[in-house]
Amino acid sequence: MKEEQSKEKDKKFGMVIDLDKCTGCGACMVACMAENNVPFKEDESNKRDSITWLRIYKLTNGKPFPDADICYLPRPCQHCGGKGEHGHSPCVSVCPATATDYSKETGIVSQIYTRCFGCRYCMAACPYHARYFNWWDPVWPDGMEKYLSPNVSVRMRGIVEKCSFCFHRYQLAKDKAYFEGRREIEENEYQTACTQACPAGAIVFGDLNNPEHAVYELKKSGNAFRLLERLQTNPKVYYLSGREWVRRAGDNYLKDEKK
Amino acid sequence: MDSALIPRGVKRCPTWQFALWIGAAGAVLLWGVFAMLLCWFKGLNQTNMNDSYGFALWIWADLAVIALGGGAFFTGFLRYIVGKDELKNIINYAVLIGFICYSSALLILAIDIGQPLRGWFIFWHANVHSMLTEVAFCLTCYFGVLTIEYVPLILENRQIDKVPFFHRLGHNMHEIMAVFAATGAFLSFFHQGSLGGVSGVLFGRPFGYREGIFIWPWTFFLFTWSAAACGPCFTILVTKITEKITGKKLVKQNVIELLAKISGWMIGTYIIAKIIDTWYWAKVTAPAAGLSLMDFYSNNPFYGIWILVLEIVICGIIPAIILISEKGRKNPAALMAAVVLAVIGPCVNRWVMVLQVMAVPVLTFESWAMYYPSWQEVATTILPVAYGVILISFSYRYLPVFPQEQELNPEV
Repeated sequence: MKEEQSKEKDKKFGMVIDLDKCTGCGACMVACMAENNVPFKEDESNKRDSITWLRIYKLTNGKPFPDADICYLPRPCQHCGGKGEHGHSPCVSVCPATATDYSKETGIVSQIYTRCFGCRYCMAACPYHARYFNWWDPVWPDGMEKYLSPNVSVRMRGIVEKCSFCFHRYQLAKDKAYFEGRREIEENEYQTACTQACPAGAIVFGDLNNPEHAVYELKKSGNAFRLLERLQTNPKVYYLSGREWVRRAGDNYLKDEKK
Repeated sequence: MDSALIPRGVKRCPTWQFALWIGAAGAVLLWGVFAMLLCWFKGLNQTNMNDSYGFALWIWADLAVIALGGGAFFTGFLRYIVGKDELKNIINYAVLIGFICYSSALLILAIDIGQPLRGWFIFWHANVHSMLTEVAFCLTCYFGVLTIEYVPLILENRQIDKVPFFHRLGHNMHEIMAVFAATGAFLSFFHQGSLGGVSGVLFGRPFGYREGIFIWPWTFFLFTWSAAACGPCFTILVTKITEKITGKKLVKQNVIELLAKISGWMIGTYIIAKIIDTWYWAKVTAPAAGLSLMDFYSNNPFYGIWILVLEIVICGIIPAIILISEKGRKNPAALMAAVVLAVIGPCVNRWVMVLQVMAVPVLTFESWAMYYPSWQEVATTILPVAYGVILISFSYRYLPVFPQEQELNPEV
């Protein structure tokens, strides 16, 4: 079984998010929090210590009316492949206790909650601010614990957590396929919660290596870009926009530098 | 009351005065311990750190005390390996200061981690690619070396020395101390360097990231160099403060001047390397990430270009010039000014390499993140200072820390 598995082509799960379709409704954020048992505080006004695996940023082109334009940008963990796609993501390579791992099989950067001891070096390393520390123990309103997902463990105070591309859904899909005697899972069998919740269909998820998956072609679009590509973090989240200023906002450029 | 414990031929203050002094330092220590317990029992929500500032005051304090504690390994290296014999008159104190700095760093690290009970995972599940792993291993080993270097001094206490076993143990340990000094220098090279590598390897953070050789970014070498350069200045500064408080001359001026001269040359060469590193980073490394030098020093309420000038010019070039020149070293005021600046220098460097790295926005649609520490963070950072004062006070009172004290302060 193990040998057969190793013969399979490695997957590289990723996302393509069409920013021209995103309305900033926040359904993806809510779905993500519910799906992954993300804890919240009574007062969520301080965004610097609240946990949002998927955060929506509001971008503006900085121009006055009538040229003003805005764009909403959902930012999950970028599941960086690192320089040369060797799996040395900014966060994975720095974790002193191997509590975060890059899967060569799926391309997903995982977080091992029971091994993390909360040094926060990974947070310092991540330029996307996609990693969150549990400053408090999670407290659920009375009765809400009954609504927690049984497939995702809740996290304790003092450790780091982040978007897992709903990895538990991948495991469930693999289990189902195995039970049914299949080796491969279908594209629609493994979809993240945010993808399914987006009413505008702005988020597309799949295997970036698989020509049969929608993301394979979408990522090749001339309007596709990734965040901070110049840092060579090699993210697996692609964005699409027909607007030049939005694409340019994805990275830093020197004054008068042409893209 | 405790005269039987005090070394022969030296004078110490009355017990009541000593007790008052320890009581004052102890009160500060207890304040820090209270804050430490709050952090351990209630969690890191007691701090003002947040998801933008995963690293903050504590990591700065760690890096700073380890840099300043570098006086121990470098003075040991000069004394035992290079053979600068005069330094035997200050090596005890350098080791003691190093011991305090390193034990403080370990304590702060124990408070700083979110799950202190899992602290051992860093050794058990070690990731060889992580600079922090290297820091943890080398730091722990070097703390062991410092303990071995400090023990013979404890064994020289009048009462302990009376026990034949301890007397011989102390003597034999002195005999092989060069081995430990060499080990300490070797370990220090790696952990000081690894601490520099902590921010230097962050290729997602253009303010801290540096290129380098093999797996080591340039900051790896710069941190080791600056610790070796400025650590001895911290030893001199603490010696001078001790002399002021005790009202006695404890180390001959020629010893201080020798250490200051070596330190001056080290700072001078370090600062040249630092300038080259900064220039290359500003001209090549950062622009490759789409950022110019001034992007890191503008549009925020605190981090202006002044901090770079403070680090390189005021706390680098100026003390180097003073300490290299004989005239500067012979002038007590100039020497003190240079020593103070040379101590501030690496502290500023560690500050920017930790906190400014966190503050600078990388995503174009994010803004600068500013931070100020909570009282719990401040108290736990002052805690090691109080602990250091207490350990120095006890060591000075009961151990022959300064071999020249008797000669410099003959009893009337």
